[in-house]
Formats: sequence, C-alpha cells, structure tokens
Amino acid sequence: MPSIRRLCLTASIVAACILATGLAAAGAASAAEAQIAVAANFAAPMKALIRRFEADTDHSVRASFGSTGKLYAQIKNGAPFGVLLAADQERPALLEQEGLGVPGTRFTYAVGTLVLWSAEPGVIGDGAALLRAGDFDKLAIANPRLAPYGEASVQTMDALGVKAALEPKLVMGESIAQTYQFVATGNAEAGLVALSQVMRDGESARGSGWIVPGDLHEPIRQDALILDRGRDNAAVNALFEYLKGEKARAVIRDFGYRMD
Amino acid sequence: METLVSAADLEAIILTLRLAAATTLILFVVGTPIAWWLSRTRSRWKAPVGAVVALPLVLPPSVLGFYLLVSMGPKGPVGWLTQSLGLGLLPFTFWGLVVGSVLYSLPFMVQPVQNAFEAIGERPLEAAATLRASPLDRFFTVALPLSLPGFVTAGILTFAHTVGEFGVVLMIGGNIPGVTRVASVQIYDHVEALEYGDAHRLAAILLVFSFLVLLALYAWRPDRGRR
Repeated sequence: MPSIRRLCLTASIVAACILATGLAAAGAASAAEAQIAVAANFAAPMKALIRRFEADTDHSVRASFGSTGKLYAQIKNGAPFGVLLAADQERPALLEQEGLGVPGTRFTYAVGTLVLWSAEPGVIGDGAALLRAGDFDKLAIANPRLAPYGEASVQTMDALGVKAALEPKLVMGESIAQTYQFVATGNAEAGLVALSQVMRDGESARGSGWIVPGDLHEPIRQDALILDRGRDNAAVNALFEYLKGEKARAVIRDFGYRMD
Repeated sequence: METLVSAADLEAIILTLRLAAATTLILFVVGTPIAWWLSRTRSRWKAPVGAVVALPLVLPPSVLGFYLLVSMGPKGPVGWLTQSLGLGLLPFTFWGLVVGSVLYSLPFMVQPVQNAFEAIGERPLEAAATLRASPLDRFFTVALPLSLPGFVTAGILTFAHTVGEFGVVLMIGGNIPGVTRVASVQIYDHVEALEYGDAHRLAAILLVFSFLVLLALYAWRPDRGRR
C-alpha cells in the first residue's frame, strides 16, 4: 500500500535526521552543555551573561529560573542541574554539606539590592515614610519561606516597625519574579523586588523606586555552587571561571548588584 | 499526638470549599441559560459560542491566569470597570478567585446541562406548548425536571473541578492566608518548603475527597433507577 510505504519513508527520514543531529553534537567534542538553576532575581543578568558566554566559547547553557527555595527542593530530589546560582548563602552551603555539591567551589557571585518599587512614576519618593504611612492597598513581597529577597523584605518591615501594620496588605509571589509581575501589572501598587529587575543598562527603567538601605536587612549575599551533576562538565567549569572574571562582574554590577 | 490538620491547613480547606460552593452556585445561574441557548439554537453563532465555552478545557491555566491578571489590573478593561463601580481591583481577593474559577469551570457546568437539555428533544416541550404552557412555564415545569440528572452531574463536576484548581489561583491569588491561599496552593507551598509531612496530610485529604466525589458520581446513575 502506497500510504504505508510513504509512512515508512517519512519515518526513516526522521530517524536519519535524529541520528545526524546526534552525530553532529558528538562531533563537536570540545563543546559541552551546562544545565543550570538560577535564582529568579538573577534571571535578567544571567540571560545577558549566557549570550556573551556562548558567543565567547563553544559551550551552551540551559538555564531554569525559580525561587531559591524551590530550586533547592528540586535539586534535593534529583533535578539534573550542574550549577546552582542561589539568592542566599544558606542553601548552597546546605547542599555542599549534604554531599550534593562539589566541595570548595562555593563563592559569592553577587550581593543583591532590595528596592521598593512601583510601576507608576512619582508614587515612591521616601520609601521608609511610605511604608510607615501604609498609604496603599497592596504591597507585594516574595514568599519569605522560599525566596531570600522575601526574607529580606520581612526583615526590612521589621526594622521599620511596620510588619504587623502591613501584614493585612501583603500579597506574596512564589518567587521574586512573580512579585515583580504583581507590581508591573499594577495589581499591587508597590512591592519589594530586586533592583536587577527594574534596572536596564545601569538605570531604573520605568516607574519609581526607593533603594532599601542595606542596614535594614541582612545583606543578600548570593552564592554559586557546582553541583554533583556538573562535576567534570567542561561547560560548567568554563561558566564558573567566566562568572569570576572581570567581564561578567561588570555586567552583574550594571544590573544593580554590589560585589565583594 | 498533633491533630490531623494544622489550623492553617484547615483554613485553606474551608476557603477551598467556600470558593467551590460560590463558583458552583454562580455557574448554575450563569451556565444554565447558555446551555439552554446552545441546546435549542440554530444560529450560526452556536459553533463559536460552544467553542468559547469549551476553551478552558484545553487552555493552559497560565494563559487564563495571565489574561485575568492583566485584564483585571488597573489598566485592564475589567479592572477599569470594577474600579469605576467602586469595587476596587479583583486580583488577590476572594471574589477575584471566584471570577477566575467561574471561567475556568464553565465547560464543566455548561456541557452536561446542555447534553441533558438536548436529550429531552422537542416533543415534551411541543406537547406542553399545545397545552398552552408559556415558554417560561415549559422551561421550569418540563425541561428542568427532565434534565435534573444533568444538573447534578454538572454541579458535582464543577465543584470538584474548582477544588482541583491550581494554576489560575497561583497566578491571580497572591497567596493570602484565609483569602486566596486554597488547599492546592497550600500543598504547593509545603512541598516547595520541603515540609513533606504537611504536604502528605493535605494531599491525602484532597485525594480521598476527589475519589469519593467521583465515586458518588459514577455510582449514582439515574438510568439504573429505571427498571
């Protein structure tokens, strides 16, 4: 039957194509792929870094973004990541202790900055005064149990003595990315997000914001760790060296992070 | 020995049941006329309207959640409407979740009811008409009683489907205890925070509940009653 013959032909062409791409990938022996887990606050800088890294080397990177707590839970349950770029120091240290990371590879790649932000220009002037006055319907923060930026947000409200007063107005994003989305769509008038989310090319892109003074919360030191699955992966090692280099540090600084 | 569920979990369960009950009641009122129209019309709009009603069956909840978040926001049409009516904004509120759930569960109400209406056929209604029953009369005294099993199925499915809702709530809820943190979101939170014990307890409750609901639905067959 002609239709069956055609089907067989199509199937063999498809099979040949799959085989060919597989061979091509194997042929490029020096190029490797790194599968990495990245805290949501670092999504924008990481995408910029990956573009440059892939242009500068033969390697490729596939990144997944989420709250640090979620990524930690996934890694503990066997997620195939070679690297974790967390938003805190605690979870990378835990993974190292638990034998899921490569010992001695942990380092601080960025120090995060919290910003009180609104999508509307002119809404936020003196942020501390605004938080004390509570002159808004909803304030978005990241879930403090999962996201270090959420934890820092709670510490900030605590330090200003407004935590109990603001409690009924809080809405929680499951990561700092969802928190940003709540504010960016205007559904929450203001939110505590990462400075990197509202920075483009070294300046605040839109809306209005107030950079939360560093003494109102514990510093958001963000650690990276090579995970067990990334051991001996050429792409992972190259990416790690790249992150420590001056070129990458300049990009990270441009997104509003401080460096050690 | 601690209690089976924590206070926070209980709060989430009660909220879930309230949401499902409100959604089901509203859908009885909103879905019935749509189902009736779909079952009787010969309009060329029948196919498009039927397709729109069925959309939530195939759309990812993230699509629905995204559109809801934007349209109910201060710059969206629904947000503009609710604000000018003095209702404020819907996201992060219980009634915002109800609006999302009504859309999300719409086909689960409309389709079984529509099928039940169609199964009646024209004859009983024509017979009633010859006895001078008004259209409204025919609907309430003939069509409704005859399609009661369809309504029961639709009600159970809508309620259970709303209890099982997750993606839309996650996107427009904002995770507020007692307001928008329903059981499915509470489980997600437990899992993400590695509180597997809590997650297990609540997940088991939902599993048993869902099974019992479906068991009731499948065991209860009106045609079995006929000898």
